[in-house]
Amino acid sequence: MSELSKLTIAQARDAMRKGDTTSAEITSACLTAIEGADALGAFVHHTPEIAQAQAAAADLRIKAGDAPDMCGIPLGIKDLFCTKGVPSQAASRILEGFKPEYESTITSQLFDAGAVMLGKLNMDEFAMGSSNETSVYGNAVNPWRRTGDDAALTPGGSSGGSASAVAADLCLAATGTDTGGSIRQPAAFTGITGLKPTYGRVSRWGIVAFASSLDQAGPMTKDVRDAAIMLTAMAGHDPLDSTSADLAVPDFEAALTGDIRGKTIGIPKEYRMDGMPAVIEKLWEDGTTMLKDAGAKIVDISLPHTKYALPAYYVIAPAEASSNLARYDGVRFGHRAKLSHGDGITEMYEKTRAEGFGPEVQRRVMVGTYVLSAGFYDAYYNRARRVRTLIKQDFDTVFADGVDAILTPATPSAAFGLGEMTDADPIQMYLNDVFTVTVNLAGLPGIAVPTGQDAQGLPLGLQLIGRPWDEAGLLNVAYSLEQTAGFVAKPAKWW
Amino acid sequence: MSIDTETARRVAKLARIKVEDDALPALASEFSAILGFIEQLNEVDVEGVEPMTSVTPQRLKRRDDVVTDGNQQEAVLKNAPDAREGFFAVPKVVE
Repeated sequence: MSELSKLTIAQARDAMRKGDTTSAEITSACLTAIEGADALGAFVHHTPEIAQAQAAAADLRIKAGDAPDMCGIPLGIKDLFCTKGVPSQAASRILEGFKPEYESTITSQLFDAGAVMLGKLNMDEFAMGSSNETSVYGNAVNPWRRTGDDAALTPGGSSGGSASAVAADLCLAATGTDTGGSIRQPAAFTGITGLKPTYGRVSRWGIVAFASSLDQAGPMTKDVRDAAIMLTAMAGHDPLDSTSADLAVPDFEAALTGDIRGKTIGIPKEYRMDGMPAVIEKLWEDGTTMLKDAGAKIVDISLPHTKYALPAYYVIAPAEASSNLARYDGVRFGHRAKLSHGDGITEMYEKTRAEGFGPEVQRRVMVGTYVLSAGFYDAYYNRARRVRTLIKQDFDTVFADGVDAILTPATPSAAFGLGEMTDADPIQMYLNDVFTVTVNLAGLPGIAVPTGQDAQGLPLGLQLIGRPWDEAGLLNVAYSLEQTAGFVAKPAKWW
Repeated sequence: MSIDTETARRVAKLARIKVEDDALPALASEFSAILGFIEQLNEVDVEGVEPMTSVTPQRLKRRDDVVTDGNQQEAVLKNAPDAREGFFAVPKVVE
């Protein structure tokens, strides 16, 4: 593997501007790294021709001297983003062969800024999963392994391909999306940084919808500075997404002073779960000490409805999914089942959706259908939305009391083995999102930062949660934590 | 709450997903487990609490009521599994 694909966005930007290297060289290093990394299952559609053309154009812009920060930076794009003329399948059989006639707002903005697309990245089908095992493409694999053990581990999900690709230095950074933890959990499992912005900070237009009131895209990067740079390029108001906020986008990189003296950091007692592994508890305590030593004021806080976040999520997200996924009917795009003689349109719908959706997607669509059905709408869906209001009020209260950011673990464990959860009931898998899902329900920004390793050498991350629209302040606290934690470990190359 | 196979069959029908008869019992038991998990929500006092409609307080923007898009028949039909003479084609729906 060439050293160039290991660069951060900031390092590559500065080196290209100085003329020390070119986008063509970095892009070619990434393409070589990708070619040798089939065992990771991260890239599922390769676009080397597009990448080379974009890199050549970026080099001209950089030479002309007015290139934006993302100019010439090679990225991986999660398969959930519609990219014009390039397969965009949401890792589902039902979108087999689908090549969008349009470009998502976020990828448009990134490409307009000169970024380079290396290809599309693996994920859980329709972003429903926490281990990347529901993908039609097969598993994405974590580049990290336990010390002295060859067992293949999950990179997390649903943005598993994004996490694997960034951690293995196949690309400089990647896009992810996060409905219940799908950026932050895989980031924590692979030792990288993952940011979910405030709901409405980035446009959802052209991203295959899962649960529209929760979905938000964000950067998955090698460090906090890169997250700041990439978010600046991704964010902004979009008339095509009525929920995107018409707010000015600050220069997030400029907010990274590392000075958090006088900031108040909340430690929520409800996140101290029964049976929490000692290593996670220690990671959390160490992180708290780091922020305290950096001059922050640490306060104990209470978010009393935390326990109800996961059950509320597993009503609201499937309900919205059942509605969003109704469009996959075998008529306008994607897969249509072969019909038997005499089959009508209902059989076409039912067979198409049975063939096209995998088991987890079918399960969630049907749970969503059930909780929205006559007689259950109030008991399930409306009750979950009321609980969601209470969860958001918990956060509103602590922010009103002067808390600037909240520190929690990102995941309840390190990465687990692929196949390890196959026989567990679906709820065991859902528990992966126990620390992250509250943030989506409350629409807040959250970031996972790697801060330690477990006894077997696997990376572990902490999560910081910020005030609405205060990604700048959040990134600065994350930057301070990153600097003190000094996490520099990389997976040993085996692929 | 326990879901029986008849309810599972009805939900699959509503969701327009074909589920074979022999798969219904397993599906019903999965639903029961998930709904059992969801039922924790009944412990919460939600009296007088409004259901959330928008997580960020915002007024939806309005745009001018003018045509902004159109004349893209070819692009619209491009990904259709079966398109003929400018239309999406589906099995016969009326006798």
